[in-house]
Amino acid sequence: MDTAAGLSLPRLEELEAPPLSLAQLFWRRFRRHNMALVGVVVLALLSLYAVFGSFLQTEAYANLTETGLRLQSPSAAHPFGTDTVGRDILARTIYGGQISLLIGLSAMLVELVIGVSVGALAGYYGKALDSLLMRITEAWLNIPALFLLLIMAKTFGGRIPDIQLLGRSFSGSVVVIILIIGLTSWMYLARIVRAEFLSLKEQDFVLAARATGTRNLAIILQHILPNSVAPIVVAATLSVGNAILTESYISFLGLGVQPPTATWGNMLQGAHGYIEQAPWLWIFPGTLILLTVLSINFIGDGLRDALDPRSRAV
Amino acid sequence: MSASADPLVRVEGLKKHFPIQRGVIIQRTVGHVRAVDGISFDIAPGETLGLVGESGCGKTTAGRTILGLYPPSDGEVWIEGVGVREAEGEAMRRLRRRTQMIFQDPYASLNPRWTVGSIVGEPLRVHRLRPRGSARTERVKELLALVGLSPRYVNRFPHEFSGGQRQRIGIARALASEPAFVVCDEPISALDVSIQAQIVNLLEDLQDRLGLTYLFIAHDLAMVRHLCDRVAVMYLGIMVELAARDELYENPLHPYTQALLSAVPIPDPELDRKRRRTILSGDVPSPINTPSGCRFHPRCPIAKEHCARLVPEWRQVGPGHWVACHEVEPKTLPST
Amino acid sequence: MGTLLEVEGLRVRFHTTEGVVHAVNGISYSMQEGETVALVGESGCGKSVSMMSILRLIPCPPGEVAEGRALFGRRDLLQLEEAELERIRGGQIGMVFQDPMTSLNPVLTIGRQITETLRAHTSSDAASARTRALELLDMVGLPAAEDRLQDYPHQFSGGMRQRAMIAMALACSPKLLIADEPTTALDVTIQAQIVELALQLRERLGMAIIWITHDLGVVAGLADRVLVMYAGYLVEEAPVHELFARPWHPYTLSLLAALPRVDRPRSSRLKPIPGSPPNLLAEAHGCPFAPRCDFVMDRCRTENPPLVQIEAGRKLACWANVETGQPR
Repeated sequence: MDTAAGLSLPRLEELEAPPLSLAQLFWRRFRRHNMALVGVVVLALLSLYAVFGSFLQTEAYANLTETGLRLQSPSAAHPFGTDTVGRDILARTIYGGQISLLIGLSAMLVELVIGVSVGALAGYYGKALDSLLMRITEAWLNIPALFLLLIMAKTFGGRIPDIQLLGRSFSGSVVVIILIIGLTSWMYLARIVRAEFLSLKEQDFVLAARATGTRNLAIILQHILPNSVAPIVVAATLSVGNAILTESYISFLGLGVQPPTATWGNMLQGAHGYIEQAPWLWIFPGTLILLTVLSINFIGDGLRDALDPRSRAV
Repeated sequence: MSASADPLVRVEGLKKHFPIQRGVIIQRTVGHVRAVDGISFDIAPGETLGLVGESGCGKTTAGRTILGLYPPSDGEVWIEGVGVREAEGEAMRRLRRRTQMIFQDPYASLNPRWTVGSIVGEPLRVHRLRPRGSARTERVKELLALVGLSPRYVNRFPHEFSGGQRQRIGIARALASEPAFVVCDEPISALDVSIQAQIVNLLEDLQDRLGLTYLFIAHDLAMVRHLCDRVAVMYLGIMVELAARDELYENPLHPYTQALLSAVPIPDPELDRKRRRTILSGDVPSPINTPSGCRFHPRCPIAKEHCARLVPEWRQVGPGHWVACHEVEPKTLPST
Repeated sequence: MGTLLEVEGLRVRFHTTEGVVHAVNGISYSMQEGETVALVGESGCGKSVSMMSILRLIPCPPGEVAEGRALFGRRDLLQLEEAELERIRGGQIGMVFQDPMTSLNPVLTIGRQITETLRAHTSSDAASARTRALELLDMVGLPAAEDRLQDYPHQFSGGMRQRAMIAMALACSPKLLIADEPTTALDVTIQAQIVELALQLRERLGMAIIWITHDLGVVAGLADRVLVMYAGYLVEEAPVHELFARPWHPYTLSLLAALPRVDRPRSSRLKPIPGSPPNLLAEAHGCPFAPRCDFVMDRCRTENPPLVQIEAGRKLACWANVETGQPR
């Protein structure tokens, strides 16, 4: 049908599919991944365990040493047993979980901020800035992470004061660990983001934005970044797991968060030397680490497919 | 060179070369892709100039360079009297408002994460043409209706629309800043035949209603004949012929134009099978190593010995009819 | 001239997460030896899918050939054993696709790809395969054939690649060449070269050609007969001169009216077809073209007209008579 001006208006039935927002599309695709859904459930349970467990046991209790009760195997009073100085392992896994998850998320945020900024600027502006930023990134990549970790841990280890957060007191070493992990892992994300920006900036819709007169910063933040969300989210998710693992082995080396504050990692360190005699020392924290990292990885897989921009299938 | 009193767009000697770089640590420039290698023309207000040629001729690069989206390697462009090359700050903002572009690929030219309303409203926001809120939304709805889309669709996403509808969204976006000059870069090539006619009619209506001036870049010669007032033919980065529409199609002088026109199939079996075709041999050479002398000489059916040595002059050979070819004689000298 | 290919009641569906897409809805036609048939329609009309499913090149699932037969010299291609079918594909039936870059193997030389085809389908040895490859490259107009054998696809231009594809398709002197939009991605001067080549080869080799395209201009220059498809249905079939001179289906008529002409001054605005092609997820009630048809009648909305023979060589699926405006 034509209007007086001769323009034809589409009939209302033209858009037949009901409006499916991008969020709905995402959820539909994510739902198809059984393992990802399992991962979500497990991670949710673990988070609940770490957060709400603190209502059941106080931190003081978690740090309470009672050498008379050392190395007791699991019992009614101590469902996960006690450690080398008589502390309740169950309580320690709860508080340790809080720290491990906190470290995982915070390190991921550090990586995200640095990695996305470097990658976006390098990819969008190209040329000299890109060369400079990429050389810096490569330099960081070539520094053995462990080496850096050790040095930074040694240097800053005792220097940062305790901080108070949400009713808990965290030793300064937690901040150091977060920074160290973040500063040694941002490079991977930077490369991914750079690659996305390099290809996206050539797309017509970016050219259209430039032709409209949109400023560069707005193009980066409003146009390109939202379209690179997929690989960023996937990388960020996986980096949480990676951070938790890294914390574990830094702590295992004795350079991480110092006792009495518990983390799953330093609990493993405490199990060193008693591996056969008192397996409950490492089984519980170890299993928790395993479950956490696995579920994060499964979620990451699900996200990768659900967010795939190439899939135009609804 | 100027065809009329006060052209809206003036292009003079425009060139755009892209460097080819090699090397891992230190990048050396080993050559250039001469995508656009010296073109000049005017576009009068309200006119539709067609720019045709095959792939690699540089027409898309020309369109983007004219709008200043690529910095030119040489030459100058004036739009509404303002030099595009030197425009900065306020002048550049004004330029961006007064010029717009419609793109070929309806799937790539709209940000898939933005709603239709945001896409069409972006020029309004960037140029502060309407305050945020209902005034802006109203204007967006007006624009959607103008291009034949229901205003109810403001909150939908591009992936929910067909190719033709997305192209309409792109046109609505282009109109939002109330431009004077729109570069249409192959706006219908990616659409089905039955939808192409819809979009072309829309473009014509909008031109009549809003007084737009178009540079219509295309390779579909039949559509160009239908839509454009004057037509320029490009080959390997330069213009080989420019004439008023019917003059070009009925009296093509450059051998490339002749071959191009004879290659276009005609949807009429009687006519198509009877006509004499000039089939060119070989492929289009690369814009990196352009042939010496006349660029077309390796494929030209009437090339003479001097064609490989001397670059033909761009000269007027009839009223409003310009050609770059050694073998074409001017019929009458124009009286300006 | 015998019947080379006979398609009967072909129905193809795709099972997607959205539902069932009815891509091809019961098409039937036949082809004689040596003739050139154009299969015409816009994107989504089912022209490529119908051909690909006859050759069993559609992944099933999600595709499904629900019904139909495709008799090639009296053997039903849809029922043949895979091994038998492979002998026919590339052997008696040659194929050329739209995008030569993805149909040619980028890591093998052109020469190797041609000789492979030859050795798979005939009992040639390396030397005679090579000779034949050179012959073929020459036949398709690729200069310096000796050198071309060593080249890789990426070293060729679009037109040259398409010629190489044609050479491969012709390697075993097929009786039938199926070309699926072979020139759509090419420049118009290169398209003219390829069409010219096809005409010459047809003269020389006497093979039948099915040319799938949306370009009515190419059809006018090349085809003997035309089959028009819309929304998975065959809506009109006619000899080429008849189709253009007296189109009978409203879709064909509208399509021709929506085309600008390069050989005539502009006479009026183009007459576009309003609306857009139907969603193939729903099976049509009534004629699929009814919502966009200038000649629509009540009957059209409820009953889908079958394809019937109106005259010798002309078939039509329509209730209306576009020449009189009355029901047929």
